[in-house]
Amino acid sequence: MLSDADWAAIWLTLRLATTVTVLLLLLGTPLALWLAKTRSAMKGPVSALVAMPLVLPPTVLGFYLLIFMGPSGPMGKFTELLGLGTLPFTFWGLVVASLLYSLPFVVQPIQNAIEAQGARPSEVAATLHSGPWDRFWHVTLPLAKPGILTATVLGFAHTVGEFGVVLMIGGNIPGETRVVSVQIYDHVEALEYTQAHWLSAVMIGFSFLVLLLLYLLQQRKSAVGMRYGN
Amino acid sequence: MQGSDVRAVLGRVLLLFPLFFSIPSQADELTLAVASNFTAPMQEIARRFEQRSGHRVKLAFGSSGKFFAQISHGAPYHAFFSADQAKPAQLVKLGLADAGSRFTYAEGRLALWSSKPGFVDAAGEVLKHGDYNKLAIANPKLAPYGAAAVELLQQLQLEEQTRARRVQGENISQTYQFVATGNADLGLVALSQILKDGKVEEGSAWIVPVQLYSPIRQDAVVLKRGEHVPALEQLWAYMHSAEVSALIRSYGYGTPSTLGGDNAK
Repeated sequence: MLSDADWAAIWLTLRLATTVTVLLLLLGTPLALWLAKTRSAMKGPVSALVAMPLVLPPTVLGFYLLIFMGPSGPMGKFTELLGLGTLPFTFWGLVVASLLYSLPFVVQPIQNAIEAQGARPSEVAATLHSGPWDRFWHVTLPLAKPGILTATVLGFAHTVGEFGVVLMIGGNIPGETRVVSVQIYDHVEALEYTQAHWLSAVMIGFSFLVLLLLYLLQQRKSAVGMRYGN
Repeated sequence: MQGSDVRAVLGRVLLLFPLFFSIPSQADELTLAVASNFTAPMQEIARRFEQRSGHRVKLAFGSSGKFFAQISHGAPYHAFFSADQAKPAQLVKLGLADAGSRFTYAEGRLALWSSKPGFVDAAGEVLKHGDYNKLAIANPKLAPYGAAAVELLQQLQLEEQTRARRVQGENISQTYQFVATGNADLGLVALSQILKDGKVEEGSAWIVPVQLYSPIRQDAVVLKRGEHVPALEQLWAYMHSAEVSALIRSYGYGTPSTLGGDNAK
């Protein structure tokens, strides 16, 4: 059913999605916090930038990343200066591209969750002499937990399903950049429809389970949320 | 004064009349699926054909594998210009295309190309001394140009040596992009992609001698929907004309008229 190459692609995809999700939670949470709290005029432009990957065709994003990370692009020059070489055709190139691509899926749910809390919980904590860090860790973040959970699942799932960007900057190297979506595409293009069906079935089953898990968790969380509300 | 104005206008309108009537009463619309390596010549061919016949030609460009899947599931194309011979043959076998219409419209050629001037020497020696970061080729499993590239590397006994530095584009357009953006120093691309008016337009290239790989023959075929469509019969005749052959050759392809001829080998 699944060949060794298929399994290698599945393993690589999981590794990529895990790396990207962890990094996005680390980078996206402060960004979401800032977006939720700021009154700066930059809020609009930054929000728009964060949401851009939702509307940009992945091939466009991929093509400009190819230029941006290439030897004559600003990022390519920087990575070469650091002695890292250029990023296209490497696992870390895919990580950087996926960070951009999945950014809105992580930032937006967290931002919404923080905005929904309003300023009140944090203000109440402040009157009890709680410092900014303390409030962030013990009030804002725990209250935003459902949003963070949604962000984690969506960021992971969206990276798993990524195709266009990887196709443009990946170079289709087995074990390094050939992820599941590309492997399925290869099967279809080579008229190996049976293998394409099997691997797609795995993807369909996986995405259903992930989303089911998400909705089940959200149901439970909203019950908890109601308790908070009382 | 006024009378002569009216007459002038009338005269112009009358002059235009034959133009209207020269357009065939049934101007057909053709929809063609075309392998993306043939984009530039096909646009030119379609433009000229529309001008002389009055028919409309709509072109869809993409990978042959995708078109094959679409056509076997009822995509409404009149004809298919594949990047290989296998897929049109398979469509004929499946009863989805007209066997008698199948012909080789172009023979693709490989070029070793770099976007840097002076990087590729006239004999492709740069491949051997290996002073480059990456070699981009099209996916040999999917793209005929990729298969030819691997064949060439085998022929030069460089298959093993280049393996670690090879990156694969899903098709020949992506392979071209990898080189054009400077991410790969070298690439084996379609000659038609880098040729403009018979000259290599940018960077440096070695036009790989045709003896070093099997010819990349590209076949076209009339699909079920295009059978007995007069406009398509006209297009097919036009495709076989000397004018079109010359045009296709100017884009760096071989054509049926040169296949097996003196210049082919």
